[in-house]
Amino acid sequence: MRRARLLVALAGLALLALAPLLLPAYYVTLANYIGLYSMVALGLVLLTGVAGQTSFGQAAFVGLGAYTTAFLTTAYGLSPWLALGVGLLGTALIAWGIGFITLRMGGHYFPLATIAWGISLFFLFGTVPELGGFTGLTGIQALSIFGLPLRDERVFYLLIWGAALASLWATHNLLDSRAGRAIRALKTGQAMAESFGVNAGRLKMVVFIYAAMLACVSGWLYAHLQRFVNPTPFSINMGIEYLFMAVLGGAGSVWGAVLGATLITVIKQVLQDWLPQLLGRSGQFEVIVFGMLMVIMLQRAREGIIPFVLALWRRRQAPGGEVPEGAELPRRPHLPAGEPLLEVDQARKTFGGLVAVNDLKFTMQSGEILGLIGPNGAGKTTMFNLITGALPLTSGRIRYRGTPIEKLEPWDIARLGIGRTFQHVRLIQTMSVLDNVALGAHLRGRAGVLRASLALDTEEETRLRHEAARQIRRVGLTEQMFENSGSLPLGKQRIVEIARALAADPQLLLLDEPAAGLRYLEKQALAELLRALRTEGLSILLVEHDMDFVMGLTDRLVVMEFGQKLAEGLPAEVQGNPAVIEAYLGGV
Amino acid sequence: MDFQIAALLAQDGLTNGAIYALLALALVLVFGVTRVIFVPQGEFVAFGALTLAALQMGKTPGTVWLLLGMTLAAAVLESYRCGRAGTWRRWPREMLVLAAFPLAVALASYFLAPLQLPLWAQVLLTFCIITPMGPLLYRLAFQPVAEASVLVLLILAVAIHFVFVGLGLFLFGAEGSRTPPFGSGGFEALGVNVSNQALWVYAVSSALIVALYLFFGRTIFGKALRATAMNRVGARLIGASPNFAGRLTFTLAAALGAASGVLIGPITTVYYDSGFLIGLKGFVGAIIGGLVSYPIAALGALLVGLLESYASFWASAYKEIIVFTLIIPVLLWRSLTTTHHEEEE
Repeated sequence: MRRARLLVALAGLALLALAPLLLPAYYVTLANYIGLYSMVALGLVLLTGVAGQTSFGQAAFVGLGAYTTAFLTTAYGLSPWLALGVGLLGTALIAWGIGFITLRMGGHYFPLATIAWGISLFFLFGTVPELGGFTGLTGIQALSIFGLPLRDERVFYLLIWGAALASLWATHNLLDSRAGRAIRALKTGQAMAESFGVNAGRLKMVVFIYAAMLACVSGWLYAHLQRFVNPTPFSINMGIEYLFMAVLGGAGSVWGAVLGATLITVIKQVLQDWLPQLLGRSGQFEVIVFGMLMVIMLQRAREGIIPFVLALWRRRQAPGGEVPEGAELPRRPHLPAGEPLLEVDQARKTFGGLVAVNDLKFTMQSGEILGLIGPNGAGKTTMFNLITGALPLTSGRIRYRGTPIEKLEPWDIARLGIGRTFQHVRLIQTMSVLDNVALGAHLRGRAGVLRASLALDTEEETRLRHEAARQIRRVGLTEQMFENSGSLPLGKQRIVEIARALAADPQLLLLDEPAAGLRYLEKQALAELLRALRTEGLSILLVEHDMDFVMGLTDRLVVMEFGQKLAEGLPAEVQGNPAVIEAYLGGV
Repeated sequence: MDFQIAALLAQDGLTNGAIYALLALALVLVFGVTRVIFVPQGEFVAFGALTLAALQMGKTPGTVWLLLGMTLAAAVLESYRCGRAGTWRRWPREMLVLAAFPLAVALASYFLAPLQLPLWAQVLLTFCIITPMGPLLYRLAFQPVAEASVLVLLILAVAIHFVFVGLGLFLFGAEGSRTPPFGSGGFEALGVNVSNQALWVYAVSSALIVALYLFFGRTIFGKALRATAMNRVGARLIGASPNFAGRLTFTLAAALGAASGVLIGPITTVYYDSGFLIGLKGFVGAIIGGLVSYPIAALGALLVGLLESYASFWASAYKEIIVFTLIIPVLLWRSLTTTHHEEEE
């Protein structure tokens, strides 16, 4: 199978490399544009399709790359290769500046902002006198490699597709790595990823800059291919077309970018040839068809075309694979039992007028399983979110092993050794169980975006995956390891959440209703697992509604009602407490 | 800059601002009820202005063909749905509701256009042509995916913008049009010339805003829309159909767009693609109001008008850059002051 794939890949490469010799010039030009557009669309696949940040403004970054080299090479006679460096640096800086302001915007505000700066930059290209206004800059020198000028389109083709394939390879590597798992979590599981040590804001910025730099390289190539630039190809309309390419091809896959770029470019060419004849006048009428195509796509096949193509390919192989053996990751030292572990002191959280957690105070020692129970709406999950930093405290203090953590960000709290699960399962549905669990081990690896995209992270990656597989076997999901987590029943998804938390090698584990949706035998197996974890020195804070489960497992209980502590003590004591009985059963 | 220039610029800015305000209100309305960030709102403006211009030249406006095309597409879609659901009995009524008005308007325009009707009749005809496109557009594009995420709806809206701009070029050609002013001349107040056209704009905009206010406050339809904007499921439970609310909203949006087009036609030359930038300026206003508040959106739009007017005096080449770069701090402020939740897919 592997060999077959390799052969197919090699044959494809050879065909791609020989194509300019076999094809007429017209098709070489077309292929050049497809390569250029693919790179920009690839950035959008990562930014929009994977990380969930819709951008209409990528064309402006293409313009930055093109205009930087056009200006520096014509006005100062700088070498184009130096200009590429300057362009990349400048684009990264500008993207950082734009991203710094706009990336923190939530929901639909970010895409609107991309329209705004997309238009602004376009008008800037057309207005600054040094950039030649709307007529642009001409006489850009040809690229040359080792003194050989690349004037021939057929030679330039190799450069463009070399760059496009390199970016495809890098992005593919990136998505299949430690950083890639975190990026894939940004769209639907940002809060979850943060509780496993991912600094989501910074990661979004990195992805934004990555996409902008891909666009910049495309623009640089474009400027030296065309040998002149004007603002038109960097307008907001082109930005929208780039987004269409990603959506049409399938923004969830790197191949979607190439497919989308190819389709849009070819369709555009064909339409520009015969639409004016058909309509009897000249103009850019292809946008009508693009728009309608998009409407139909969004109504009928929102994931784009690539899933259909991949489905054909994958039907022949069942989900499966193997996890190569890797050395074990270092673990945190065991804590001796009976040390003060968690001290919650007068913790308070208000939402407007609602007091969700009302000056709650309790402590927890290492090596114990502490149950946090109470009726629905008592504030248990809010308390979890306060401990893990997912929500800021209104007032009060929380200490973990003596360190105040109430001001820390979720990813810093995760670093201290606190792992958690979520009441509403937060798995990345489209990722395999293995990848989901490996995301839990995020902080036990170090490889960043650069190392990942250059495939220099193999050794560490093997160790992380090995660890994830170990935790999956431990919780009894060996059979489901390679399945998409979204296809599992809800009870099993909760178990995946536990495996993910364990992969982080925590010293304190926070479980939010882990037994909900489990069958009797599964509950027993879960209880067994938790007891075994306690024996290993792990401390567990447990929110659960199943009283049999709680009573048999916990060492102590804290009972909450309306955000306040109602009772505290051994399970048997709490069970007999009249106030607790009243809270659960109502007045007698 | 002396007082006179300042006052003239203010007059200009307020005139444009009043038009942007109408658009801003339409955008807030559409977003509130349907969650669509309605980028193509500006195209209704361009279509409105160009339709009126065509009528004044005694030609049948191209938008009539667009209206007929949309009606046909909606009819085909509706028939298909009737066929699949087996509800053929309702088909004649559906068709009548769908097609009667657009067909009547198309016939009327075809025969009335060469007659050089008085201005008010031409304006009325323009409204009759543009307004039905709103509900038709909703039916064709947005109703099938009404429950999709805001982002999907936004990309859809951008796609529609592409379709409309392309069609605009086909129907009206690349050359721009300017319609004659409603009232020529003006009068002098405090040493400043106030043009009658500006007064018209202020009066019509204010009247429309008051009418909208009364519609939402006093009529059952207006209240149904407000209910849908607040809670879609809840509104459905008390009998306000979200499909109906969507179509009604788009009707209003198209009518407001046509009104803006008629008002802006005499002020500036309108091209097939002018709508986008005009609409986006309404957007800046709407966003200042957080896409929620009508009064702040209207004030924001006036502010954009003023800003644009003064920017064109000091740095006319950088006018658009200034206006659009200024959205970013507003967006930032808006997004920091509203809490938002991750959208679950």
